[in-house]
Order: sequence, then structure tokens, then C-alpha cells
Amino acid sequence: MNNDKLIIAGREIKSRLFVGTGKFSSNRVMAEALSASGAEIVTVALRRVDIENENDDMLAAIDREKYLLLPNTSGARDCEEALRLARLARAASGINWLKLEVTPDPYYLLPDGGETLKAAQILVKEGFVVLPYINADPILAKRLQDAGTATVMPLASPIGSNRGLATRESIEIIIEQATVPVVVDAGLGRPSHAAEAMEMGADAVLVNTAIASANDPVAMARAFAMAAEAGRTSFVTGAAPVLKTASASSPLTGFLRD
Amino acid sequence: MNTKTDIYSVLDDTGIDTRQDEYLSRIQSVTEADVRRELAIKPGHFSLERLIVLLSEAGGAFLEDMAQQAHALTLQRFGKTMQLYVPMYVSNYCINRCQYCGYNADHKFNRSRLTMEQAVQEADAIASAGFRHILILSGEDPKHIDVDYLAELAKRLRSKFCAIEIEIYPLDTDGYKRLFDAGIDGLSIYQETYNRRLYETLHAGPKADYRYRLETPSRAARAGFRRLGIGALLGLWDWRLETLSLSVHAAYLMKHHWQSQISFSFPRIRPAQDVEDQPYKHIISDRQFVQMMLALRLCFADAGIVVSTRESSEFRRHLMNLCVTRMSAGSKTNPGGYAVNKEAVCQFEVDDKSSPQQVAAMIEAAGYEPVWKDWDPAFTAG
Repeated sequence: MNNDKLIIAGREIKSRLFVGTGKFSSNRVMAEALSASGAEIVTVALRRVDIENENDDMLAAIDREKYLLLPNTSGARDCEEALRLARLARAASGINWLKLEVTPDPYYLLPDGGETLKAAQILVKEGFVVLPYINADPILAKRLQDAGTATVMPLASPIGSNRGLATRESIEIIIEQATVPVVVDAGLGRPSHAAEAMEMGADAVLVNTAIASANDPVAMARAFAMAAEAGRTSFVTGAAPVLKTASASSPLTGFLRD
Repeated sequence: MNTKTDIYSVLDDTGIDTRQDEYLSRIQSVTEADVRRELAIKPGHFSLERLIVLLSEAGGAFLEDMAQQAHALTLQRFGKTMQLYVPMYVSNYCINRCQYCGYNADHKFNRSRLTMEQAVQEADAIASAGFRHILILSGEDPKHIDVDYLAELAKRLRSKFCAIEIEIYPLDTDGYKRLFDAGIDGLSIYQETYNRRLYETLHAGPKADYRYRLETPSRAARAGFRRLGIGALLGLWDWRLETLSLSVHAAYLMKHHWQSQISFSFPRIRPAQDVEDQPYKHIISDRQFVQMMLALRLCFADAGIVVSTRESSEFRRHLMNLCVTRMSAGSKTNPGGYAVNKEAVCQFEVDDKSSPQQVAAMIEAAGYEPVWKDWDPAFTAG
């Protein structure tokens, strides 16, 4: 377990739970939930903040000493918009980590694989550390890692839907084949969903709505942190295999000696 | 599947305004059991049949159940947030003669239009109150407010606001394209009433062209506009039939212009200068207003739901917990009302006269975060 490290772009990330900052009832609640989650990577929508303004209400509530700020391009409809947003954000803030989101449909917010790949190829060349949000498409995941993205972030189900691992089988393939960390993102609505994703072998999970919209976001953040840790421990330890027949813990023929 | 590809034909096919009695009778015949069945279905999806049930009198007895579902759905989709925006009127010149409007061309009063410098000064006053989302409005008179003016104004405001939207007279697609290129990417336009015959009797001037107005959001979407606000002026026609028509329009826009986000507004007729207190037969009660809003949310999970200062502060405070996602605050409905000409004539009287800070405090007290910025000029090339 001690050697089980999550490394992204050469940086060791202590927590396998990443947390989003939208939908909270206040910046104070958000800050408390972040703290309770133990997260190190915190994603923030560029549309919601003045990234160049350190006094921006939301940014001011996120301790930059404690958290790695991961700006996202939520709202971008195509490659061009994502590029423009990413470049402006980096120029204003100096942050070169980027969660790349290209979601032309404002309703289900499903990612556009083609535009995401195009943007990722350009941004990686420009020196960005790119963490792309994608549909659970194993081939796209390979293309992105070939392009040099730091992770792939397949969705479990549509953003904010809380439906859990609707794309489980494809995510399993991505996890099996990926050469970069796999962060399961979007749709994880319960701590048990997060634990399940981590048990499958995901390197990390990203959660926002399920924490922010909970009756007690702080307690829920803690629950997700424990779930992510439990799931990872189970994966690393190696859960007992599932058998079709019973395997008695006290065998009836145990008295026989060879 | 309806294969018609223009909204006019799609709406015409429904016959909501030509076969009113048939629809009213269908609404009337909805039973309690129908409503229970509908409320047992996962909310957020639209069909005309479903909306008929939710808008019915029988549905009105289930308002609390509808409210609980709408609240939960909105919380899931939008979180505990309320986006704030502010309207800025730049002109009250108008060439139309709409019976219900204070800007009616026949009304005699000193009309005014903000010069570019005045508009920027007005915008500065608005920005200093903390607003980052601005809606530019004007009376319908292309001679006084044209595309060049709006494009120039948008360029001047881009550094002050994160999103610039318009509520003006309908333009052609090229006009919208020019505005989009200048950094405007949102539009609100109300059909006023979806009842064609009634529409004809209420409007004179260019606005009398029902179809051109109806197709406006589509032209804006084709030009790249990302936010399309639609609505009907509540009080002109039966609110249930108006809502059914509005929903058909919304569903059409979502299907055919899938990259634009739809939002609903609920403007109720308000007193206005020189407009008699006409005996509008269809004034909508608070209860009906809420039922309309909830029914739309239960059919359109991700649509924006906008409430303006036409409504009272107290009423808005309660609406917040239902399914509203966006509110105006501190609104002035006269050109220059914020700074440069506070005496100019208003389009209508606002009810909620709270300051932006008071509205924000009210939102916070209700357990929501007032969101001043939820977009970025970087999205538009401008």
C-alpha cells in the first residue's frame, strides 16, 4: 500500500478524490466541504471565476497552498472556444493544468470526442497539463494518451445525474488498457458509486453534484473521501474472487491427510 | 415523429390556438388518477400529454408534490445557486402600437435614447453594483437603435461584463451574426401570445408579423447565440394554452438548435404609462403562475427559469425554493434609469424595488449562493 502512489504529470497526488466547486450554497460551505474531502485537486469552472483576480470570491475561498487548482473549460462548445479559454486562463493565472471539457450540448453536457482530441493535441504541444473529460470510449482514451494528456477522465454517467457507473464495462476496458491515470468523472451520486469505481481500478474519482447538493455537503464530502479510500484499498489488496459455487470456510474433508 | 422543420408549421399542426375548445376540454377531463400516474414518472421529460395533465385543474391539487419534485430536480441540475442579471434599457422609442405597452408609438411622452457615451456610463453604474450579466433592452425602433449601435456597445462593454444579452426587436440572421461576433450571445424574445388571431388584434406595426417573431430564436441560434429566452406575456390568453404553445416552441428549439440553452420567463402584465387598466380576462393568479412554472420544470429538467422584478420581493423569495435559476435585481425599466436620466419613462412598473445587495442577501438567507458571474467573454471571439 505504501508504494501505491498516484502520479500525474510528475506530481504525486495525495488524495484520490478530486472535488468540483460548482453548485454549493455558499463559498463557506464549499471551503468546509473541500477541507472535509481531503482532496488535493480541486476543479473550478473558468466561467464562474475571474481567474486573474485573486480576490475573486470563489477563488479566495480556495486555499492555493493546500489545493491544486484545476481550471476547467466547462461551457466550451468546440475546440476553438476551449483553446481560447485555456490560453487566457493560463496567461492570467500562470496555471497550466487544465481539465479540458468540450460539451456542445447544454442539456446532457456530453463531451465531444473529436473536438476534445483536437484541442488536447494542440494544448499538450503548448505545454498544458491536460486532463480531458471524455465519454467512456476506450479508443478515444488511447488517442488522448498518445497525444500526451496527463490522464483520461471518462464519465460514469451524465454530469450531475447521480446515476453511478452506467458506463462500467467501457471504463473497465479503459482502466485495463490505459497508460495514464484514469479518473472517473461525472455521475457518481453515492459514496458507494465512488467505492465501486475505485474497486474496479480507477486511479481517482471526481465528484461535485453529489457533495454540493447533499443535505450536509461537509459530511457527504467526508463519506466520499472514505469511500474512495476504501475502494482503492480493496483494489490494491485484491478482493477475494467471485465464485459460482460455495467455498466452505470449514471444509468437511479437512481431516484427511496426504 | 413530426417531420415539419419550421416552428410555425409545427405549432400550427398542434392546433392549440385553432382548436382551443378541444384542448380546454382535454385539460378539463384530467383526473386525479392521471395526475398521480404522471407524478410517478421520472420527472424532466416533455410530452404535450404530460404537460396537459400537469397544467390541469386536477393537477392544481398536487402543487406541493409538484413543488417537491421540481425543487429536487432543480437542485440536482443547478445546485444551490441563483444567477443574477440586470436589464439596461437604452431607448424607449418604438414604432409599434401594442395595446398593452407603455412604449406604444401612439403614446405621447418625451422619448429618449442613450448615446453611446451615456450607455457606457449607465453600464458603469450597473457594473459598480457587482453585476456581470447584462441584458440590453430597447423599444422597437431600428432607426434609433440599430445593429451598429448594439455591436459598438457590446465591444465597449465586453471588459465590464462576462455575458451580454439582448431583448430588442427581431433581426435577421446576418444581424444576429454581427452581434454574436461583437460578443453578444444571448437573446430574450417573448411571443407575447401564441394565439395568432389574438396576436393580430393586439399588435400594429412591424411587430404584427407573428411568424417572423416566432422564428426569431431560430435565427439567433443559427447565428451562434447560446442562450435563448422565450416566454409569453401572461394575461393576454388562457395561461394553460399559452404554456402548451410555449412548451412546443421550447421542445422545437431544443431539438433543432441543440447547442443553445433555452430558458423560460414568466412576465405578467404590469401597469404601464397610458395603458388603461384593461379588463384582461386572463390575469393569472399566483397559484396558477406557480403551477405553470412547476409544470414546465417537470417537463424540461435543464431549462433556465427566470423571474424578473415584475414580481414582488416576497413572492420571489418563495419562488426561489421551487425551481428558479435566474433573477434580475435592482431593475430600472427606463433608459438611463440607473445613472444618466432617472426621470425617463419606464416600459412598465417593477414591483420588487430591492437593491441588488438586498436581493443577494435574500438569496443567501434562503441558503443559495448568488452567482454574479457564470460565463466568460473568452467564449465569444468578439
